[in-house]
Formats: sequence, structure tokens, C-alpha cells
Amino acid sequence: MLQINNLHTTVADKPILKGLSLAINAGEVHAIMGPNGAGKSTLAYALGGRDGYDVTEGSAAFTPPRHSREGGSPEEGTELDSRLRGNDEEIDLLQLDPHERAAAGLFLGFQYPVEIPGVSNIQFLREAANAQREARGEEALSGGEFLKLAREKAGLLKMDMEMLKRPVNVGFSGGEKKRNEMVQMGILDPRLAILDETDSGLDIDALRVVGDGINKIMRAPDKAVLLITHYQRLLEYVQPDYVHILADGRIVRTGGPELAKQLEAEGYDAIMEAA
Amino acid sequence: MDRRASTSSALTVSTMASPLPTRRPTHKDEAWRYADLNALEALWPLPAPEAIMVPAGGGLKRAIVPEGGVTQIELTLGKGAQASLHVLNSAGDYGRVELDVKLHEAADFTLDAVQLASESQSMEIVTTVRHLEPGATSRQTIRNIASAKGSVTYLGQVAVAEGAQKTDSEQDVKSMLLDRTATANAKPELEIFADDVQCAHGATVGELDAGALFYLASRGLPPARAKQLMLQAFVAGVFDEAEEAEKLAEAALSKLGEMV
Repeated sequence: MLQINNLHTTVADKPILKGLSLAINAGEVHAIMGPNGAGKSTLAYALGGRDGYDVTEGSAAFTPPRHSREGGSPEEGTELDSRLRGNDEEIDLLQLDPHERAAAGLFLGFQYPVEIPGVSNIQFLREAANAQREARGEEALSGGEFLKLAREKAGLLKMDMEMLKRPVNVGFSGGEKKRNEMVQMGILDPRLAILDETDSGLDIDALRVVGDGINKIMRAPDKAVLLITHYQRLLEYVQPDYVHILADGRIVRTGGPELAKQLEAEGYDAIMEAA
Repeated sequence: MDRRASTSSALTVSTMASPLPTRRPTHKDEAWRYADLNALEALWPLPAPEAIMVPAGGGLKRAIVPEGGVTQIELTLGKGAQASLHVLNSAGDYGRVELDVKLHEAADFTLDAVQLASESQSMEIVTTVRHLEPGATSRQTIRNIASAKGSVTYLGQVAVAEGAQKTDSEQDVKSMLLDRTATANAKPELEIFADDVQCAHGATVGELDAGALFYLASRGLPPARAKQLMLQAFVAGVFDEAEEAEKLAEAALSKLGEMV
């Protein structure tokens, strides 16, 4: 699904990622943990393609699996017309513009979702969903189809439909913003979700709802998740297959879920000294 | 850049020259400082301004959508009269809308305007709002967007006469520049000769927020569409109260689509 090799990234000419390598297969959930300043958010932004996060070395290959609803397989010769559509073809993620990365199946959950006054959530999401579909050579969703989809996903995240009619994130609490991110993820139906501190700002109930949402939306054989988090608590709800520790721009240790628990008990310093 | 100032006590600021000189103006005339004088030359001499009188207790609602050129209106509101003007100034090489408004006791004036200038267009709104008697209100909301070598200007003077107590006036001017080569001029001015008034004025000039644009792009919106959506949000609501509000909003949107 995602193969990152020796990724180096600078922000304002300052090296942040210093040779990060990571492989994520379809069906897996990975967690990246690390102290402040380790480069966690930089990794998310570099993979999302944000201006100012310059990749100076290394590669990121994205191979989005074909969506189950498409049927057929590349081996059977049923090739789809768009390279963003999952022909089991490797895509050089770093060559794509941010909106093309989204169309190819990448979703970035923001640590601080942006407020956009004057634009309703629902209008924005319908446009975004249809822009992605157009880029993949798929038919646009009608108003009715979209509303049905939105209602279903909002229900999954226990979010009031009224909130979807309000301007994007304006006046939302921290928890509501994160929940809105997950509703967006549900509607856009990505192959790979990179969730940057989605657990911050959530109380314990919201954490459970968001955790459930991630499982329901993203736990599938043709999908994968990269959770970026400070704390172990989200991992109680979304069981990772692998836990990586990021320090000083590199993955310094990889383990199973037990590594997160050990980290919580012993702290970063102890673990990193051992590594 | 964000400058906001509000005044609620007696204050005098520099006086603006009369916006309607009888000789051909130059850039030394304050009200014509940013005008496209070459374009003006072809239009000179200007016809007499349109004079509108709204009698005591009366009401006026009008949309002004010039095809370019100079539009001059002298508007007088009688006691307790109301007027609401909606302006979309975006057509022609040079478009200038000039309003000289006189408010009598408890009159209520509202101006909601959008100016859009692309290529080498020059758009300006020049207003003088005179609070002649007590208790009148005036609200001006201006949203400007300029791209390429476009230029947008708002020069607005609010003059509160001696004895015009309980005047309540507001000038809210926001400008958005889409390119480094575009220009925005904003000059809200107050001239106050009464001591019990509320006069607020604010002017900001900014550019589209890069973080918000990335957020929209990360959801799959192509850059031009993301910009258009942000600009749509920027002018949202300005025409809500207008007659044929949808038609005005659509005209503005279609022009915005060409600008990004």
C-alpha cells in the first residue's frame, strides 16, 4: 500500500525527517508515536504534499488497492482508465499534487482542522467527493445519493446532520472538529488514512466514538491506517498491528501493540536509551 | 495585515475634497487619487449625477451593477427614511461608483458592495455619507478582490454634523489580493462634529490562507476550485438582502470563477 524509503524532509531549510523508512500493507493499522519535535506532523504533511515541507531525498510509493465495488482485477486484464483508480500500479506519491493524492485514495486527518466561514460542510464535502470521483473517471454522485451517504456516515460518528449544514468547523469544539474529520473520512472513503493526533482534544466518550468510527470505516482488507499519536489511549480502541517510535526524524524502534504499553509505562527516554 | 479602529467620541480627521469637482479631476484631488484618469478622459464631461430623494418615512432598495464607467448618485434620505443599496462593481476597464448621501433625522442607509478587478481593471467606490441630523444610522460593507494587475479602491467619508447626536455609523472594508501585482486601496474616514456618536471603521487587506487552501486540496478539491470556494466564502452574505439576491450572487460567482 505505502512504501516509504529513506525519506528526508526539510521545513524552512531545517532537516526534520532524516531518512525515515516505513512499509504499510493493505489491511494493517500502524501507529507512530514519538516525543514533541520528532517529526510526526511533518511526516503527515510531507505525505499530504503541503507547500513548505520539502522532500530532499527518498521516495514514497503508493499502491492503492482496487475498490471492492469496482470488481475485476488487474491480472484479469480489466484495467481501469485512470491511474488514480487502483490498478495495482505503483504511484509516485511525491509527484502528485495534494488533490491528486486525495483522489488516489489518501486521506489526511488534521491535528488542527481549519475553519472555513461561509462554506457549508455539506457543500464542501459533496464538491470534494465529486472532484475525487471525476479525477478517477467515475460518475458524480447526485444530490440525493450524496445526502444518503452523508447521513449514514454522520450516524456512524453520532454527529447531528445539522452540524453538516454549518460552515466547515466554524464554532465547533475541538472534539466536534475531530469527529467532523472522521465523518469526512467516511464520506470520502480513502484507501489509506494518515491521522495526525486525531485523539487530541477528545474526551473519553468522544474518543470511543472516534475509535469505533476508525474501525468501521478503515478496518478492511483493502485499506490501511497510519495513526500518529502522542498517547497510548486511542490505541485501546483502535488496535494497531505495528507500533513505531519516531525520534529525531527516524523510526528508531518497531514492535507490536505491547510497545505502546511499554512506552506509556516507561516513557520515551527509557525506551530510546534502550534503542 | 489587519488594522481595525473604532471611534466612539468626538474626533476630526482630514477632510476629503468634494467628490464632484466641476473641472476635470487630477490625482491631486483626494477623491480621484486612484482613478483611472485615461479612462476618465474618454468619459468627460460626466453627465449630471442622478439625484434621488427618499421622502420622510419612505424606503428604497436598489441594485447597482454598472457595465463600467462612472456612476454618480446623490441620495437624500428624509426623516426616518431607509435606503439599501447593493453594488456589484466588476465590469469594464474602469468602474467607479460615487455616492453622496445626506441623512436627515433617524434615517437609515445601508451599502453592501462587492468589487472584483482582474487583468488590468480598476474598480472604485467613493462615498460621502453626511449625518446632518440626530439619530441616523449608516452601514457600509465592502468586499474587494483583485487579481493580476487589477486594482480595487474604497474611499469613504462619514461626516457627522454638529448636533447630529446619536449617530451610529460603520464602515467595514475587507480586501483580498490574489496576486502580488494586484492593488487594494482602502480609506475609511471620519469627520465628526458631535460628541455622542458611535462611528466604527475597519479596513483589512489580506491574501487567501495557505493552510485553508491545503485543507481543501487534501480533501480532493483542485487548486482553482479551492480558491473559488474561499472567495465565495469571502463575499458570502453581502447580497443576501438584495432584490434578486441570487442573480447578483451568481454574477459575482461567475466572475470569481474567471479570476482564479
